[in-house]
Amino acid sequence: MDILKAIALGLPMTLLVTAVSLGIGSLVALPLLAGLRSGRTAVRFLTRAVIDILRGIPPIVWLFILFYGISVGTFKLSAFWAGVIGLGVVAGAYLTEIFRGALGAVNAGQWEASEALGLDRFTLWTRIIGPQGLRVAIPGFTTYGIGLLKDSSVVSTIGVAEIVYLTQQNARMSGQGIVVYFIAAAIYIMLSMPLGMLSRNLDIKMRKAVAR
Amino acid sequence: MNTILQDIIDYGPTLLGGLKISLALTGLSLLFGTVFALVFALGITSRNTALRWTSTFFVEVGRGAPALVLLQLMYYGLPNASITLTAFASATLALTWTAAAYMAEYIRGGLAAVPGGEIEGAQALGMSHADTLRFVIIPQGLRIALPALMGFAVLLFQATSLAYSVAVPELMSQAYSAGSSSFKYLNLFIIAGAIYAAISIPATWLSVGAEKHLAKHL
Repeated sequence: MDILKAIALGLPMTLLVTAVSLGIGSLVALPLLAGLRSGRTAVRFLTRAVIDILRGIPPIVWLFILFYGISVGTFKLSAFWAGVIGLGVVAGAYLTEIFRGALGAVNAGQWEASEALGLDRFTLWTRIIGPQGLRVAIPGFTTYGIGLLKDSSVVSTIGVAEIVYLTQQNARMSGQGIVVYFIAAAIYIMLSMPLGMLSRNLDIKMRKAVAR
Repeated sequence: MNTILQDIIDYGPTLLGGLKISLALTGLSLLFGTVFALVFALGITSRNTALRWTSTFFVEVGRGAPALVLLQLMYYGLPNASITLTAFASATLALTWTAAAYMAEYIRGGLAAVPGGEIEGAQALGMSHADTLRFVIIPQGLRIALPALMGFAVLLFQATSLAYSVAVPELMSQAYSAGSSSFKYLNLFIIAGAIYAAISIPATWLSVGAEKHLAKHL
C-alpha cells in the first residue's frame, strides 16, 4: 500500500506532462497543417520534410537535444520544459496527420455550399469546416493522447519526477522491483482504459453531428 | 560546421557500432514479437478459456503499460525473483512483449479482413479447420496486415532508444556516453538523431508504398 502511495505521487506530474505536451502539439500542428495545404509546392515540400524529421527521430533523442544539448549563455531549459517541448513537437507532427485526415473526411459538399453562399475564409473555417473537422478528429486525437500518456514516461530519463521516475527510485529502495513495476503498469492501464471508453462514447455522439 | 564534421569522423564508428545493436534489438523483438502476436491474435478469439485469458492479459499489459516500464521491470525487477538477465536479453524480452501486444491487434484485424468467401471455399473443399488457418487465413491475413506491421517496425526501431535506460550499448547509449566524456552533447545527439532519421524516414516511405500497392491489388 505504501508503495502504491509513493508511486501515485507521480500521477499529477504524468498528467501534467501529457496535457502540456498535447497542448504544445496542437499548437505546433496548426502551422504544419496550413503548410501541408499550401498552394506553393516549395512550402508543402518543406513542411513534409519537417514532419518526417520530427517523426523520424525518437522522442528520447529530442529530449536529450533540448535538455543536454541546448544552452545559450547561462540559459538552459529545465527538465520539465525540455520534456514537454520535446514530446510536444513530436506530437505536433503526428497530430498534423490526424487533423489532415479529419479535414479530408468533411464532406466536399460543405466546402462547395460555403463557396456558393459566398462565405469568407474566416467564417468558412470557424463556423463550417473547423467544427466538423474537429469532431472527426476527436477519436484520433484521444487515441494519440492515450499513447502520449504512456510515452510521457520517457521524461523520467531527464529527471522529471513522474510515475516512472518515482517507480525507479522505489524499486531501488524497497528491493521489491517486480511488485513496484507491476503497480506502475497497473496505474497506466487503469488510466488508459476509462479514457479509451470515454473517447469511444464521444466518437459515437460526435459522428451524428457531422454532415455526410 | 567544421566541428560537427570532425565529430562525425571521431565518433561515427562508435555510433554505428551502437546502431548495429539497435538493429539487432529491433530484428529480434520483431521476429519473436510476430510469432507471439500471431499466437495472441488467435488466442484472443479462441474458445479455450485459459488461452483466451492468457492472451488477453499479455496484450492488455503489453499495450497498456509504457515500454519503458516493461524494460525496467525485466532488468531491475526480475532479479528480485532470482531471474537475472543481461541488459540486452531483458530489452529484447520487454520489446518483444510490447511488439507482440501491438502487432496482435494488427494481425487480428488482418485475419478478420480475409473475405468470408475464402473460408467458405476452403470448407467446401473439405479442408480441416487447421489447414484453413494455415493455408488460407493466415497467409492472406498477414499480407493484409503487412503495411501496418511495417509501420510498427519503424516505431519499434525508435523504441529501442529506450533501452538506453537499462544500459544496453545501443545507439542512444553510445551517443550519451560519448557526449558525457567530450561534453559535445548537442553534436552527438544531432548525429545520433540523423542516424535514426536516415533509417526511419525511408522505412516509413516503404510502408506507405506497401499500403498503396496492397490497396491496388486487393
